[in-house]
Amino acid sequence: MKILVPVKRVVDYNVKVRVKPDQSGVDLANVKMSMNPFCEIAVEEAIRLKEKGLAEEIVAVSIGPAQAQETIRTALAMGADRGIHVTADAGVEPLGVAKILKAIAEEEKPELIILGKQAIDDDTNATGQMLAALLGWPQATFASKVEKEGDGLNVTREIDGGLQTIHVSLPAIVTTDLRLNEPRYASLPNIMKAKRKPIDAKTPEDYGVDVAPRLEVLKVAEPPKRQAGVKVESVADLVSKLKNAGVL
Amino acid sequence: MSVLVIAEHDNASLNDATRAAVTAAGQIGGDIHVLVAGKDAKAVAEAAAKLDGVKTVLHADSDALDKRLAEAMETLVLKIADKYDAILAPATTGGKNFMPRIAAKLDVAMISDITSVEAPDTFVRPIYAGNAMMTVKSKDAKKVITVRPTTFEKAGDGGSAAIETLDAPAPAASSKFVREELSKSDRPELAQAKIVISGGRGMGSGENFAIIEKVADKLGAAVGASRAAVDAGFVPNDYQVGQTGKVVAPELYIAVGISGAIQHLAGMKDSKVIVAINKDEEAPIFQVADYGLVADLFKAVPELEEELGKAGY
Repeated sequence: MKILVPVKRVVDYNVKVRVKPDQSGVDLANVKMSMNPFCEIAVEEAIRLKEKGLAEEIVAVSIGPAQAQETIRTALAMGADRGIHVTADAGVEPLGVAKILKAIAEEEKPELIILGKQAIDDDTNATGQMLAALLGWPQATFASKVEKEGDGLNVTREIDGGLQTIHVSLPAIVTTDLRLNEPRYASLPNIMKAKRKPIDAKTPEDYGVDVAPRLEVLKVAEPPKRQAGVKVESVADLVSKLKNAGVL
Repeated sequence: MSVLVIAEHDNASLNDATRAAVTAAGQIGGDIHVLVAGKDAKAVAEAAAKLDGVKTVLHADSDALDKRLAEAMETLVLKIADKYDAILAPATTGGKNFMPRIAAKLDVAMISDITSVEAPDTFVRPIYAGNAMMTVKSKDAKKVITVRPTTFEKAGDGGSAAIETLDAPAPAASSKFVREELSKSDRPELAQAKIVISGGRGMGSGENFAIIEKVADKLGAAVGASRAAVDAGFVPNDYQVGQTGKVVAPELYIAVGISGAIQHLAGMKDSKVIVAINKDEEAPIFQVADYGLVADLFKAVPELEEELGKAGY
């Protein structure tokens, strides 16, 4: 089985983003960028399936500016076999991404596509589901466990109130939740080896996809700030203040 | 103009998150229809018909819709999507699962997790785990939207909508439900509780959550946890409050042994009153807390239970 793993370059998880004073967006100048954490989990899951002998080849895809190549290299250093880089502005919306990925899937014919459930920049949580719809494939989102079962997969999903297991036939889309696995760090020899793995260079036009945004961003603002309140001296003090506030 | 709201429910009762989505639909304007898709979910359809502002309830009932898997929901909603200018669902794991599928098939953008309706085509939504709020204007003729349940008032009862039956789709061959393990608890559900008390890494172990549970039982509160406590294996994942867990906005939120990582704050900072109990007075949680108590939680929490007892709880 061939696995396709789309990965996204985003602001590093540990960076506290700042809104630009003119409210045109968040300030990304000189900010550390990394692979989206949910995408890392997706790459790791693909590698584990390969290590179990369930997959032969892992293809990492990224759609984004020139630097998205670094994100593909990270996936290659973790253990993906080759990459496809589709050069585009950073702001391609999930629908545009899903359309490009659909075209790539039709060329590559993977049996499984594993994606992060959401990117931690726009928090849309949509690309995997959209891709599944466009391909007409079943989807298993928010996965915390993926097992081969018969000709398909049993996927345990994190849902409100607990866990749900569904069976999907292949080909299928899986999106990853936090507890699916802990991604490995790439070793130095593997980082060196990754430099020689091939990355195809493409553009949205190669796939005939119009990536014009459907949403116009009017502004990006700071969230309303909460004021720090008071320190209380004792538990008794706390209880009396909560009573006065009318919440007890 | 008309708006479709897809109801969240468990086939027995209507989830309150649906009420928030109905309120958002009212702000967009036009006739509001509610779709109840499920199995033996007549009671839910009847509850939806009583919601304020709802004109029609569409009820589709079949085995295929029992767990509202995304493939079946896509087929069902696409059959009626033509009639609507906007399609809304609460941003629960259910809505987040099937709504982008519908958006893709309609060739429109997914507008996720809105916190405000500025105009029928303009919405505010959080990005970067709530560290920024983005206002977007949709250029699509049809809008597909999920609604953050905590930021909209919950529509009340007072309506009497007509209930129409809708043909249910055949089950999708490519996906099927296997099993579910839902947490059983006598306490209220996190997303709906008026009071939430959460523990963090400072709890030290799962057993230690017992002291929090005692307070929760006195107050009729739900018990939550930070991602750190969940990742440490103290409590199951469905306890998690935060950007990647549940977003809550109760009347009173008590954070115990939680430092206040951005991830966690994103999930609870809209609570009306926040209390923090932490021994580290530098902990960021104190910057958002209305009442902060710098104390050893293993002393303070049992004392809180005792004080609540004295106060008649």
